[in-house]
Amino acid sequence: MNRAVLLALQFLVALAFLVLWHVLTTVPIGGRKLLDPFFFSTPLDVLARTWKDLAGGELWRHLGITLLETVLAFATGATGGILLGFAFARRAMLAAVFDPYVKAANALPRVVLAPIFALWFGLGIWSKVALGFTLVFFIVFFNVYQGVREVSPTVLANARMLGMNERQLMRHVYWPAALTWMFSSLHTSVGFALVGAVVGEYLGSAGGLGYKIQQAESVFDVTGVFSGMLVLTVFVILLDAVVTAIEKRLLVWRPAPVTATS
Amino acid sequence: MTGSRDAGAPAVELAGIAIAFTLSDRSTYRAVQGIDLQVAPGEFVAIVGPTGCGKSTLLNAAAGLLQPSAGAVRIFGTQLAGLNRRAGYLFQQDALMPWKTALDNVAVALEPAGVGRGEARTRARDWLGRVGLRGFADRYPHMLSGGQRKRVALAQMLIRDPEILLMDEPFGPLDAQTRQIMGNLLLDLWAADRKAVLFVTHDLEEAIALADRVIVMSAGPAAGLVGDYPVPLARPRDIAEIRLDPEFHAIHRSIWGSLRAEVQRAYVQGEAAP
Repeated sequence: MNRAVLLALQFLVALAFLVLWHVLTTVPIGGRKLLDPFFFSTPLDVLARTWKDLAGGELWRHLGITLLETVLAFATGATGGILLGFAFARRAMLAAVFDPYVKAANALPRVVLAPIFALWFGLGIWSKVALGFTLVFFIVFFNVYQGVREVSPTVLANARMLGMNERQLMRHVYWPAALTWMFSSLHTSVGFALVGAVVGEYLGSAGGLGYKIQQAESVFDVTGVFSGMLVLTVFVILLDAVVTAIEKRLLVWRPAPVTATS
Repeated sequence: MTGSRDAGAPAVELAGIAIAFTLSDRSTYRAVQGIDLQVAPGEFVAIVGPTGCGKSTLLNAAAGLLQPSAGAVRIFGTQLAGLNRRAGYLFQQDALMPWKTALDNVAVALEPAGVGRGEARTRARDWLGRVGLRGFADRYPHMLSGGQRKRVALAQMLIRDPEILLMDEPFGPLDAQTRQIMGNLLLDLWAADRKAVLFVTHDLEEAIALADRVIVMSAGPAAGLVGDYPVPLARPRDIAEIRLDPEFHAIHRSIWGSLRAEVQRAYVQGEAAP
């Protein structure tokens, strides 16, 4: 399918949705509006509010906080996941002993930890970073663990026959293999870092996008809630584009995925 | 890479080698048994045998990748402990690091020897030229054909200048024409400074065309060596043309006589197995 046509169709879906929303909330049908703007707001109101917030500058501070929390949660979670993933993959004993505990910790719904983290780390950014950490850590950990263990035995045997010692194997074989797996989960883990930040903010904080949405919600300001969601969505899309760019740069050696042409 | 070369000692000596595996149901599978084999320095020895007879297992024992359950592996007269540092290994499957370019894959082979990065890359570039891949230095393995990947692997093995070359059906996955080209390339490179070669294949014609000596292995389990045939064909050889030589046919006929029985035995066992 032609790229331009595809883009046009994709745009059309958004437009149809907005028009439908607009009509249902503003145009009386049979004497009354089908959707009450108090509960559903209207697209124009949401856009106007978003524009006002962006121009006002206050929103940027909240965005900055959320971004900082997301980046910190991702960086700490990924570092921890990589270190422990490597340790477990290379030490079978360690993995065997801790296996049930890792599984148990991962099975816990992370949201219940949010109040605990708020108690431990306060209402500032660190309780959100901690929540994001618990989400990112396990994704990266499992992927690195898998990546290191599933290194092709032939590639490994070949590297050993070339005379590589443990350190060189780490650098030339294990590390790149683990990195591949980690990057395959990067979109998920960055997404989860953001989820941790926003949910943390929502549950108790004094700044960030989650806080803003929660504030709007507590006064039945539906326009504010939708506006917050809109900003959040655009934010995630931009973040994902950055991740894709990094991925393309670092994994140039990977064969391009085969795409079916119609 | 120059150890104390014991003048009279064979490059590779397998003495009374037996190799057994413990299967998942805790039973023991004896792959090979009672193997005595010597490869002299500079000699090109090919091992042929039916599929699954344990040829590769034997090679892995010579490489130190596998510990024999009985017998001794001696390299230039010294008992092998751990990996065989004096040997290069060419694998049947893709063994290149997919995250490195052709050039880096070859250059990295010099890192364990402590060669600096700049010099390693210069020498790797030279080796890529020798295997006919000038201009492919920056390609990643997935951008190369099967034959080209084998060339890179060949350069990767030879750049270290090992005294012994171990090859496990290296050209097996390639198409017929590419195999001949690779065979000639291998012979050319080998002729430059004859190293001891142990070459495993299931293709008898390839074995005769390449080697000084062809060893026939019996069908597994507990496979042994059932024949040892010299190949007195003149060198330099051309893999494609030598197959038309009447002497080649005579050698082929005599070896095939013993190999055919083993191939049939392996086939019957394969049919009988679930």
